[in-house]
Amino acid sequence: MNEVKTIDLVVIGGGSAGLAAAISAKNEGIDDILIIEKEEFLGGILQQCIHNGFGLQTFNEQLSGPEYAQRYINEVERLKIKYITNAFVSSISKDKDVYYSSKSEGFVHIKAKAIIISTGCVERTPGQIMLEGKRISGILTAGQAQKYMNIEGYMVGKKAFILGSGDIGLIMARRMTLEGAKVLGVAELMPYSNGLARNIAQCLNDFNIPLFLSHTIKDVIGKDRVEKIIIAKVDEKGNYIENSEKEFEVDTLILSVGLIPYNVLLEGVDAKISSTKGAIVDENYMTSIPGIFECGNSLHVHDLVDYVSLEAKQAGVGASLYLKNMLNSDNDNCQVKCGNNISYIVPQHINVNNIKKDISFKYRVRKPMKNVKVEAYLDDKLIKSISKIAILPSEMEKMTFNKEALANGRELRFEVKEVKL
Amino acid sequence: MKSFICIECPKGCHLTIDENFNVTGNSCIRGKNYAINEIKCPKRILTSTVKLTNASISRLPVITSAPIPKDKMFDVIKEIHKVSISAPVKLHDIIISNVCNLSIDIIATRTINKN
Amino acid sequence: MKTNKKIYDIIIIGAGVVGCMIARELSQYNVDVLVLEKDNDVCNETSAANSAIIHSGYDPLPNTLKAKLNVLGNAMFDKISSELDVSFKRIGSITLAFNEDDINTLKMLQKRGEENGVVTKLLDYKEVHELEPLLSPKVIGGLYASSAGIINPFTLCVHAMENAIDNGVTLILNEEVKTISKENDIYNINDKHFGKIIINAAGINADDINLLVNKGKDEFTLLPRKGEYIVLNHFKAPFVSHTLFMVPSNKGKGVLISPTTSNNYLIGPSADLVYKDDNTTQKDIINIVKKQAENMICNIPYNETIRVFAGIRATPETHDFIIKESMSENFINVAGIESPGLVSSPAIAKMVVDEIVSKKINLVKKDNYNPYVRKYVHVDKLSFEEKNKLYQENKDYASIVCKCEKVSKGEIIDCLNRSCPPFSIKGLKKRLRVGFGKCQGGMCQSEALSIMASFYNVDKKDILYDNKNSNILLKKMQEED
Repeated sequence: MNEVKTIDLVVIGGGSAGLAAAISAKNEGIDDILIIEKEEFLGGILQQCIHNGFGLQTFNEQLSGPEYAQRYINEVERLKIKYITNAFVSSISKDKDVYYSSKSEGFVHIKAKAIIISTGCVERTPGQIMLEGKRISGILTAGQAQKYMNIEGYMVGKKAFILGSGDIGLIMARRMTLEGAKVLGVAELMPYSNGLARNIAQCLNDFNIPLFLSHTIKDVIGKDRVEKIIIAKVDEKGNYIENSEKEFEVDTLILSVGLIPYNVLLEGVDAKISSTKGAIVDENYMTSIPGIFECGNSLHVHDLVDYVSLEAKQAGVGASLYLKNMLNSDNDNCQVKCGNNISYIVPQHINVNNIKKDISFKYRVRKPMKNVKVEAYLDDKLIKSISKIAILPSEMEKMTFNKEALANGRELRFEVKEVKL
Repeated sequence: MKSFICIECPKGCHLTIDENFNVTGNSCIRGKNYAINEIKCPKRILTSTVKLTNASISRLPVITSAPIPKDKMFDVIKEIHKVSISAPVKLHDIIISNVCNLSIDIIATRTINKN
Repeated sequence: MKTNKKIYDIIIIGAGVVGCMIARELSQYNVDVLVLEKDNDVCNETSAANSAIIHSGYDPLPNTLKAKLNVLGNAMFDKISSELDVSFKRIGSITLAFNEDDINTLKMLQKRGEENGVVTKLLDYKEVHELEPLLSPKVIGGLYASSAGIINPFTLCVHAMENAIDNGVTLILNEEVKTISKENDIYNINDKHFGKIIINAAGINADDINLLVNKGKDEFTLLPRKGEYIVLNHFKAPFVSHTLFMVPSNKGKGVLISPTTSNNYLIGPSADLVYKDDNTTQKDIINIVKKQAENMICNIPYNETIRVFAGIRATPETHDFIIKESMSENFINVAGIESPGLVSSPAIAKMVVDEIVSKKINLVKKDNYNPYVRKYVHVDKLSFEEKNKLYQENKDYASIVCKCEKVSKGEIIDCLNRSCPPFSIKGLKKRLRVGFGKCQGGMCQSEALSIMASFYNVDKKDILYDNKNSNILLKKMQEED
């Protein structure tokens, strides 16, 4: 049929990661860029996060989600980076064919020279956590509730209970309370909260909303809509503790039980996938498919958008180096391994020759620990150690090395060790 | 002695403050100021949305131009609920000025074009 | 009032797969048919929550209605699935043996199959493991039935009703049958629907409906039994390609593992006696299902779970289908349709019409009967060229609403324009898989609500999730209660 249009860099997803990646690539001299966004507006999930607290790391001020997004959107406009909204990428190929469709353009096939995937994440659902009880109306994920309230202007309930102490759940507890709903409590399966301490303070404590640690939902009761929920305390194995049930009469149950990278496109091209459900990437966030990069929450879930922007910036640099044929593809590979209490590290392997000055590794721990040292070993030799008073699975940690420190290494391993006081 | 979690940044420092306003546990000056304010007059930034017409979305996100006294949050929300705005709106346009006589404005946090 | 009352020839109570199939079967004749459904949609209870298997028919005891109708029904599915545009694949089933006792049971089942008219093949260790490479090494043999298949149970039911309505049947939703009286040989339901013949296809409530007419003279009891299932997402790694059964026990067919027509995998069911409205899921039951399934296949990727659900089946005390005219003349019970009910449903419909209804009323074939539903478009299955051709006709087909299952706005609008359209988010999900994928509607539910609201010209908050009072959105902000 018609000739297939070629584009240097296609960025899939116009949220915080995609915008920052595109801007970065443009600043590195890549002119022919197209951002493809599925929603009507650029900005992604930030547009529904109307609360403030974003941008402290990047801009040294506290912005609301839409304000943070607007800064990047303005930059995209200023740099005249092309974008299309209301357009959905249904598939890509290893050879970087991109198939998308939109009401305005129909079904389109373009050929990219490089692709950055920044498709974000999805919320875990009642089914994934095997929520017990009835499947009735009034059970929503926190992000869904947030969209209905903040973008569409609807109340999803009058009396709510929240399962999971993730940040979106805490933010929604405050939001619903301020708008006149009653939030009767938050239950968290783990013995510790999964949200930021400041959100416990300003979203729950400010409004006297109780947090039930080591509790989960035992039953959801109601005919057509939630009428009642029952929570129960659990032991370390997750078994219910007898006679620990508490009943709450609510019409809404909001779930804030975790986020999972959304990676259907990468699965379609058989890219190597890590335990985070994101791609396995190198120092420039390139996946196992040459020329396909990934960053942001589709790579691994971040707690702060500032870190998403930073990561995306590097992916943009990486894509530009790839397009300029400036990436070393020699086999000087150093594998990154998870040691004691480390659940994942990104990137998973590096080529030191492609690092300009320094490199940051992002990681999370499996379980909370107090008074620890995080140690980095290069080929079993200790090269860095950081002390921390406390370390939590809900907080993404970072460790940065300069290029020289990693020279000639074959295996970099992180370990978390308890320090005897 | 009183203790709080600092809400000024994602770090969430554990602050304590004594009768003489000596603050410990903070890692920066913002934490110190926060603890003192929590004793004198706790304040919060408030965000919400107002009804929006003439646009493809129906709510405009707004924010207080500065922190407001914590006990005034629900009063301010009431005022926000009374407002309806017609697009176009520009980022940081004033939507309500001097809300509840607090010498603080409610401002838009998003630019929205006319439909 | 009584002067202009419409008297239907036949009123069917219940729009599950049995009610829908009977309605379709009757729609080829010149009779007035009314279907009453208590819920806001067809296919809303047992028919929507089952194993979605077209059983081969070696399992039911010979000379039972179950055996006869299962085998007859199975043979009808190639034609029905093409007429009704329903996904159906004969992927074959394997019943797995773990020890010598099981092998003996399989031999017994094979003989039973011969009596029922079903061809099966016994597989040894090597053969069974060749067919399903991921089987647990504990599996030592199997019984293979090539005629077994999988089907989309939602569209089977919905399209049957759509076809019935296209051919003249009337459907009334949200009409729970509360009273039935009889005057001058005319049945009067809820004081507003009148019919000469009543067909009770009320699923788990069929015993209660029967009591409205036959109390004290012709009663039966249905025991509600709950089956809980796990649904796995589509994934690329190889998994199972046949329906895998355990050797049946007195509790039923036991846990199965099967691909579905939508490339998901289904694991379940449990089987526990419960109350009729108890379609809850429970962790301990799901854990038992998981454990049993792990006997068949090692390392099941449970991290791909997207949903758990429960369905209620009506177990008759006699353990066979109840299909007959009751002591009350012209009141026909079609009850206790537990497994293999789905596969039997077209044969049940044929039996009810040919053997019972035809003897009561003169059935004359319509000239204009059309057994086909209007073809459904599945944008995702088209070639690139076909997609753009479609786009030229209707731009909505390029606007993808459900990102996980890749369903377009065009498909949704087409579905809403049909004769058995969805009136709820759940109804849309059953028909088009909107919200059926990994995010379970997290990404697209709000857009689906918008499309339905604008189609029905109501506010978004008036669109229901399922039945009455199941609104997803309670009120507009700033609006008084």
